[in-house]
Amino acid sequence: MQHSTGYIIGFAVAVCLVCALFVSSAAVGLKERQEQNRLLDRQKKVLTVAGLIEEGQELSSTEVSSLFDANIQQKVIDLRTGEVVSDVDVASFDQQEAASDPARSFEAPENDSRIRRLPNHALVFDVVRDGKLAALIIPVEGYGLWGTLYGYLALEPDARTIVGITFYKHEETPGLGGEVDNPRWKALWPGRLAYDDRGNPAIGVKKGPAGPPSEDPYRVDGLSGATLTSRGVTALLRFWLGDDGFGPYLEKFRASARA
Amino acid sequence: MAEISPREALVDPLFNNNPIALQVLGICSALAVTTKMDTALVMCLAVTAVTALSNFSISLLRNQIPASIRIIVQLVVIASLVIVTDQILQAFVYDIAKELSVFVGLIITNCIVMGRAEAFAMQNPPKLSFIDGVANGLGYSIVLLAVAFCRELLGSGSLFGVTILNPVNQGGWYVPNGLMLLAPAAFFLIGCFIWAVRSWKPEQIEEELHVGALLELGNQGHLR
Repeated sequence: MQHSTGYIIGFAVAVCLVCALFVSSAAVGLKERQEQNRLLDRQKKVLTVAGLIEEGQELSSTEVSSLFDANIQQKVIDLRTGEVVSDVDVASFDQQEAASDPARSFEAPENDSRIRRLPNHALVFDVVRDGKLAALIIPVEGYGLWGTLYGYLALEPDARTIVGITFYKHEETPGLGGEVDNPRWKALWPGRLAYDDRGNPAIGVKKGPAGPPSEDPYRVDGLSGATLTSRGVTALLRFWLGDDGFGPYLEKFRASARA
Repeated sequence: MAEISPREALVDPLFNNNPIALQVLGICSALAVTTKMDTALVMCLAVTAVTALSNFSISLLRNQIPASIRIIVQLVVIASLVIVTDQILQAFVYDIAKELSVFVGLIITNCIVMGRAEAFAMQNPPKLSFIDGVANGLGYSIVLLAVAFCRELLGSGSLFGVTILNPVNQGGWYVPNGLMLLAPAAFFLIGCFIWAVRSWKPEQIEEELHVGALLELGNQGHLR
């Protein structure tokens, strides 16, 4: 069947209009739900690293939010000074988005974690129980073997003792580097020290087994068959605990713990 | 194409004309999303829904679509359906949508969807095309779920995240087969599936072309 050029163009325009209408109404209609999911996802991860919920525990969205609201306070800090800033909306702040926006980020110094840009502001969390600070949570990220690992590190209020660590997104080899999300490996972290006596970031993943936290406070068992992932974890923790990462923010807590 | 009954349209793509096993289409996503049953299941539902709806809508338009731009019209329809599917998954099964990540979007390029639109929906009425889309989605699903079953059970010792064989790294006895979680394992499993189907239905085996026959054709100037 032959069609005129006018018909063809008209048909194409009509199809495009109908499809565009269909797609945009779905996107707009579902947007609120999606935002809610993203927020809930973040809350769940933070609650997991704080030890308030178990890995894989099924909770309804209202349970997660109420647990989060009751125990966790979010705040946005200036990464370079470590001071809390008040002119940024905490609820909608997305640190990863900020890091990729040239206006809200700066070039990262040389590092082993392949971090190219750092956000001006960072989102951190306080775990508060009975009105008292119970733990500090900072986001961490860095390159492993195949891709970037994203996670959270929780520290006690002295900003030195580790409460827990979790990686919620990574692309490491399943069964080898992918064991970074194994609960048994993560259980080796609590009680170890992030900084040495002189205040330098000291925690790292060693090759082979490490002793219990009392004897071997700065080392965690290596992941067998995953030397590069283990190195990546060490590098990213040293970076984010260091002066270019959350060092200035955590130093305030360490100073008051020493006083 | 000769008249076919709805029953035939529904049953044929399952084993007789399976999109993965016989036509060897849609392999890319079959490798990527089959390490776990739940991601594979959601992917199957998404592909089935998209194939069925794209077949249906293209069949409705089949007499109006100008032949010169039919491929791009099919693509626009398919792409819109895929984006909407992705949005729905992100809104309702966020965790799984996150794991499927880019592969939902890549349904657009899944040859099964466009293959059915071009080969079937352009010639057949909407109802039959819809059935054909569902059936091809199911044919794809059978292979994906079979592969995911083997990979999750042998690779992680679980099914749908529920531990069946207690793995060593959680204090059990089962040593997980790490190879199963890597992409090549899916190739081996799909290969075994194709082998099994062709042993059951030998008529699916392509005729072998001998080297001698190829040379002969070459000499006669048929191959360039």
